[in-house]
Amino acid sequence: MSPQTLVTVILFGPIIGAAIAGLVGRRIGDVASMAITTGLLFLSAVLSWIVFAQWTWGGLQPFTVTYAPFIQVGTFISNWSFRLDGLSAVMLVVVTTVSSLVHLYSWGYMAEDDSKPRFFSYLSLFTFAMLALISAADLMQLFFGWEGVGLASYLLIGFWFKKPTANAAAIKAFVVNRVGDFGFVLGIMTTFWAFGSIQFAQVFPAVAAHAHKAWHFASWDFRLMDLACALLFVGAMGKSAQFFLHTWLPDAMEGPTPVSALIHAATMVTAGVYMVCLLSPMFEYAPAAKNLVAFIGAITALFAATVGMTQNDIKRVIAYSTCSQLGYMFMAAGVGAYQAGMFHLFTHAFFKALLFLGAGSVITAMAHEQDMRRYGALARFLPVTFAVMVIGTIAITGLGIPGLEWGFAGFYSKDSIIHAGYAAGLAGDPMGYFTFIIGVFVAGLTAFYSWRLAFFTFNGRARWTSEDLEHHWHNRDDLHGAHDDHATDAQIETHDEPLADHAAAHDHGHGAAVPHETAWSMRLPLILLAIGAIASGFLFEERFVGGEQHAFWRGAIFTAANNHVLGPLNAPWWILSAPLIFSLVGLLVAAYMYLWKQGLGARLAARQGPLYLFFYNKWFFDELYDATFVRAARFLGDLFWKGGDQRIIDGLGPDGVSAVSYAMGRRTGLLQTGYVYHYAFVMLLGVAGLLTYALVAWNA
Amino acid sequence: MTGILSLTTFAPIVGVVGILILRFFGRPEEPRTLNAARWIALIATLATFALSVLMLAGFDPNQAGFQYLEDAPWFGVFRYRMGVDGISVLFVILTTFLTPLCIIASWKSITSRVLEYMIAFLMLETLMIGVFTALDLILFYIFFEFGLIPMFLIIGIWGGQRRVYAAFKFFLYTLLGSVLMLAAILTMVAISGTSSIPALMTYHFDPGLQIWLWLAFTASFAVKLPMWPVHTWLPDAHVEAPTAGSVVLAGILLKMGGYGFLRFSLPMFPSASQFFTPLVFALSVIAVIYTSLVAWRQVDMKKLIAYSSVAHMGLVTIGIFSGNVQGEQGAIYQMLSHGVISGALFLCVGVVYDRMHTREIAFYGGVVNRMPWYAAVFMLFTMGNVGLPGTSGFVGEMLSMTGAYAASTWTAILAATGVILSAVYMLTLYRKVVFGELVNPKLAAIADLEVREVVIFAPLMVATLLMGVMPSWIFNVTQASVDHLTQTYRAAIGG
Repeated sequence: MSPQTLVTVILFGPIIGAAIAGLVGRRIGDVASMAITTGLLFLSAVLSWIVFAQWTWGGLQPFTVTYAPFIQVGTFISNWSFRLDGLSAVMLVVVTTVSSLVHLYSWGYMAEDDSKPRFFSYLSLFTFAMLALISAADLMQLFFGWEGVGLASYLLIGFWFKKPTANAAAIKAFVVNRVGDFGFVLGIMTTFWAFGSIQFAQVFPAVAAHAHKAWHFASWDFRLMDLACALLFVGAMGKSAQFFLHTWLPDAMEGPTPVSALIHAATMVTAGVYMVCLLSPMFEYAPAAKNLVAFIGAITALFAATVGMTQNDIKRVIAYSTCSQLGYMFMAAGVGAYQAGMFHLFTHAFFKALLFLGAGSVITAMAHEQDMRRYGALARFLPVTFAVMVIGTIAITGLGIPGLEWGFAGFYSKDSIIHAGYAAGLAGDPMGYFTFIIGVFVAGLTAFYSWRLAFFTFNGRARWTSEDLEHHWHNRDDLHGAHDDHATDAQIETHDEPLADHAAAHDHGHGAAVPHETAWSMRLPLILLAIGAIASGFLFEERFVGGEQHAFWRGAIFTAANNHVLGPLNAPWWILSAPLIFSLVGLLVAAYMYLWKQGLGARLAARQGPLYLFFYNKWFFDELYDATFVRAARFLGDLFWKGGDQRIIDGLGPDGVSAVSYAMGRRTGLLQTGYVYHYAFVMLLGVAGLLTYALVAWNA
Repeated sequence: MTGILSLTTFAPIVGVVGILILRFFGRPEEPRTLNAARWIALIATLATFALSVLMLAGFDPNQAGFQYLEDAPWFGVFRYRMGVDGISVLFVILTTFLTPLCIIASWKSITSRVLEYMIAFLMLETLMIGVFTALDLILFYIFFEFGLIPMFLIIGIWGGQRRVYAAFKFFLYTLLGSVLMLAAILTMVAISGTSSIPALMTYHFDPGLQIWLWLAFTASFAVKLPMWPVHTWLPDAHVEAPTAGSVVLAGILLKMGGYGFLRFSLPMFPSASQFFTPLVFALSVIAVIYTSLVAWRQVDMKKLIAYSSVAHMGLVTIGIFSGNVQGEQGAIYQMLSHGVISGALFLCVGVVYDRMHTREIAFYGGVVNRMPWYAAVFMLFTMGNVGLPGTSGFVGEMLSMTGAYAASTWTAILAATGVILSAVYMLTLYRKVVFGELVNPKLAAIADLEVREVVIFAPLMVATLLMGVMPSWIFNVTQASVDHLTQTYRAAIGG
């Protein structure tokens, strides 16, 4: 098959599966729906790897397949198409691999759910939208995929629609993303009116000529490229949950865990990073916008890491971790190291999906308990999950052996980002040093919260009892109902100490309920992702960010002539090794607090220091937004409705005027008696009279 | 094919004649008679739809001017002139497409005075088609204004509790506008010596006079559309109107205002249009933000959708007055799409109203547990109204805003807030009605969509998706006329 046919099958396979499972899923049954969607996804994944192999080793040239016209008005021309280049080839394998594994994993995870066809249909729908996003050849199809994944995310976060918290989280995700899209559409319009086109193939070559143009926008004069890129980046901030627009991502954990792994870790949330890299020909001419990207990325990385250190819900910790890692990717893009951003996106997809699915295994084993304070000592019961989670943790914390240049995935990708920041600083961009400092510091925080999660869950004392598990297993309906959310309800409670004592007195041995490993369909994806988390770094470093990068990307990423942030870095050893050193410190602190001095973390939390409260309450963003935007909108809505419409407009207008006729109508009873006919008749007479008058006047 | 326009326009009258025969020779109020009337109305509207499709099939999209011209002497300077161009032909299709669905939607919910109801609806259809096919000012005016009467009756007789209040409010508002428009029409005829719309489109009125003529026409169109602040009749009219009445009101009658701006204001009074553009932008932006926020606070499902209509029409006026192809095409597309989606949303409300006889949002909740297919249908149209790409709602919104950007970035920025607000109120509505546990015991036995309702929704769903994915089919029809309109407008204002 030609590559053109291959990508077409890859793209449309998932939507066919989604349509079948969604429309006739109830008729053909659960197993058929799951088999069709999963089968088509594995087909897409295999074909994607073939395309990727052809791209990497076979010398496949970039191409665009055009299927049909989309919007064509004047020069506002958009087509349904598939653009294959280095960037989309990478995204193809990321999206279809993680998606197919998540489909498979869901066979086990959703085994007891009674609307499986709907779930699998949504998953496949998401995959289609994501593929449409990455394969766009113009800004409109990009936006189509962009909002399409948003829809799928909304549907999947609210999948358990009986849970009020899930519904609220779904709406929040959609609306916050819309705030980002508000900037995105303005960016698209700016691009269109500046370049007369929204097609990448026409806009990119013209950027250099427009680089120094000024642009009048909202009563201000901006540099055109800075304005366009900054507006488009607002869209990326929403989708990738960056600082200010991040509030939806932690709440999105209300969705089933496979969804969190696929959408809210590996693929959708990275769309913002992908967009910035794709638009590198524009961003390279927008120094201020690049600084904004780097700054927001750095702040996000720091913010999310500080919050992640204090959370107790296992999924929320990983969610904040995702947020923080996305910040790293934007730091890279912001200093011009787009390749490093894409590299981290690539490796992160494996280890973060692994961590989420591993957490899903733990959650399943613990009868849908998500509070880590009720975990502990699970390594013995869940050896496979424990092993892969440790692999994932090593990968995210970027451990490796510097002299040998060998390590797990994050070791390569995260270090390349941090080093690029330093290189940008050397090249005279102060923002480069800023991202370097933040990047190194956050590497320490990352290690702390990641190892805290691992130790708190798998090691130490068991803080659960067999009764807890049995109790939960007897109430499996909780899964669909409103189950109490410890992370939000028990805000500052730290009841692990008494629980731990209780558990210590309990014996797990004598036939009492214990957690056990999950089905093979859940374990196999974990193992495959673990391989990715180990190997994706050293296998692809040369191609993504090393000596072969130009041959690999083949023009998909543009770097300006004076941009050398990814070249060989001349720096003292302590600069080069700084991320690793901080990472080890974070590991040691976590081990001290959660292995050697168990309960120290809880005691620190119980003290409720101001910094702890600030972090624990996520820097109070939800409260702030609620007090300002939500309240203001509610107030204005009521004011406009009751004050504006009812009192002023109606009061002075029709109600006043019609008071007389209305009273008349009421006094004489019902309309059917003929008053309406009278009105109509009067109007007819009026029209006829005017016409007659006009005719007479005309003929006179 | 000459004459097919008149045939399409007056085809529903054949149905009226049929029902009148039934009335005088059959036994009114007997179930068989009522059913016969329903079938006559359905067949008449379907035949009208078939005729209009035939007309579209023979339409030459490469031609910018009017086609299927008919011209016969009438009285005085007035002539019976009919014709369609790329803009109006699609509104004819929209009308003939929605009316049969309205008849089916009224099948069970209208049980009193069925014959009269069907007659009113068929009359209404003829008058609505006539608005889009008339090429003579007086003929246009008659269609435009007489359309009020059947709508007034439909609200006033078959409406809800406060139907009298709503009908009068509706009538007063629209009558006020129409009197001013009539005066302007007569002035134009007196000055130019012709009432031919194509001739007037190339007639150059004195810029000073244009101001007054523009204001008089706008008084009528702004009420119809409706624009802020003359919108308050719409929520009341919708709430009291029967479901099919709301569908026609939101789906077609509102579009007459936008169509009027495109057909009259822009080509006939270009310098006045340019002069008033900042005013229109300001009112439209207020409409988008103000009514979106009001929509969010509503407790009645129909009122919420009615307010959302006002917000969506704000984007239409923004697009029209942006004066470039993207804006005009966006406005036209937004009107067509809104005709389908808002009609469908009112039908969605009608489905649960028919079962529970209340439109109060708080009454519902968790209906997905009993009505999964209804939930899916409602979701599609909710997303359409939110303007999700892939549905028809997106295309018009995006192009209107793009058009506005070239004219005024502030307008585009403020209008784009509608992107956020529409998601807020629509998703809130959907969540409160559809999601959650089924707590109200009265809902315990609520039934999912029946076949008749599926028949209504299926074409609307197909239209929403097809128009969302393949808008180029429609742009092909409108392109020549819109290009011509935009070029002449820009030439006239020297831009």
